[in-house]
Amino acid sequence: MNQPAPIVVIGTGLAGYHLVKELRKLAPEQNIVMITADDGCSYSKPMLSTGFGKNKSADELAMATAADMAAQLNIVVRTNTQVTNIVPTEHKLYIGEEELEYSKLVLALGANVLTPQVEGDAQDRVFSINDLQDYARFREVADDNKRVIIMGAGLIGCEYANDMRAGGYEVDVVAPCDHLLPTLLPPVAADALQNGLESIGVRFHLQAVITKLTHENNGIKAELSNGNVVEADLAVSAIGLRPRLALATKAGLATGLGIKVNRQLETSESDIYAIGDCAEVEGHVLLFVLPLMASARALAKTLAGQPTEVSYGVMPVTVKTPVVPVVVSPPAPDSEGNWTAEVSEQDVQAEFRNQSGQLLGYALTGAKVVNKLTLNKELPAILP
Amino acid sequence: MKKWQCVVCGWIYDEELGAPEEGLAPGTRWEDVPEDYICPDCGVGKEDFEMIEI
Repeated sequence: MNQPAPIVVIGTGLAGYHLVKELRKLAPEQNIVMITADDGCSYSKPMLSTGFGKNKSADELAMATAADMAAQLNIVVRTNTQVTNIVPTEHKLYIGEEELEYSKLVLALGANVLTPQVEGDAQDRVFSINDLQDYARFREVADDNKRVIIMGAGLIGCEYANDMRAGGYEVDVVAPCDHLLPTLLPPVAADALQNGLESIGVRFHLQAVITKLTHENNGIKAELSNGNVVEADLAVSAIGLRPRLALATKAGLATGLGIKVNRQLETSESDIYAIGDCAEVEGHVLLFVLPLMASARALAKTLAGQPTEVSYGVMPVTVKTPVVPVVVSPPAPDSEGNWTAEVSEQDVQAEFRNQSGQLLGYALTGAKVVNKLTLNKELPAILP
Repeated sequence: MKKWQCVVCGWIYDEELGAPEEGLAPGTRWEDVPEDYICPDCGVGKEDFEMIEI
């Protein structure tokens, strides 16, 4: 008798591995195959932006190899393997010429980093750190080069600024926004974070971008749009992430900003699901850990035969900037209301409320972060 | 007394020490930690902690 086709999961990041851990609990006998373009090491991506401060090598951040994970979860993990196409009508995917049948397919593809468009001959000194292998490569060059320019002042840019400064680097941040974390924080909270980072020696060049990056004196020279010049050894690009869509688009799946899925995380094709940074769940693309964990639990149940809708409760984002800790739950886009804030040096409690006083979002910095639990109780769920 | 570790970031909750900065007194057992407790390092929920032996 033929064995039924396996459940196939593409991607072994946090989303892929957490989904399979949850699924294995519910379905001990289920045949599961995971496919990854990298080496399949299990690691926690959020830890990539605290590695310098804690002086962790890439090997130390890897929690388990692909072989360990395969043994632990009783699955097959195919590493360094690129899925080239999916044919939903046949329940098949292709790895070059090889075809593989699936009963159900999960896309846990993650997100790509945006690449900055900069003139000049020093592109080879620009790094982005989106996975453990990127981190390993960057650590190697960063060991002997102690001046770094960080492009971007979002979550990753700010975390890296704090982390590399803590690791003994000279840090210049160049970003076009007028305050830090512009999509997450109101200016008053961003200012507290900026003051904190400046107090440990991080230099900011806001409302500016690098227009030209050239080799100079064994290092690099960055010319900024505001006329300033910054000299350094390396540049880190942290200008943003976009869900990986290429494979889904090629297979004819519906996409928007991410791969479109319903509350059961099913794409426009039956038996194909998407989870994590690549997925757009009823319009929400949330590139954070918390929604991914909630999705993994729900999807595991669905795959085990109990169709389950994911719900997103309150999803505060923790920004790992130890000099001024930040926790933020931004109001949904287009929410009507106003920010009010209590400020005491680096401690800010900013609350976003509508006219009837309902709390719709908050931003806490410094000592105020402890109030997150109280405020979470007042917030509406993102996807009830 | 037991220890619990965040599966995402590795932060450890030690029942013996509690987490005073999070409002949990030393000796607070995991089962008595509020259900809406979140990891102070990475923000995931109580359900994403596993008991560990150290």
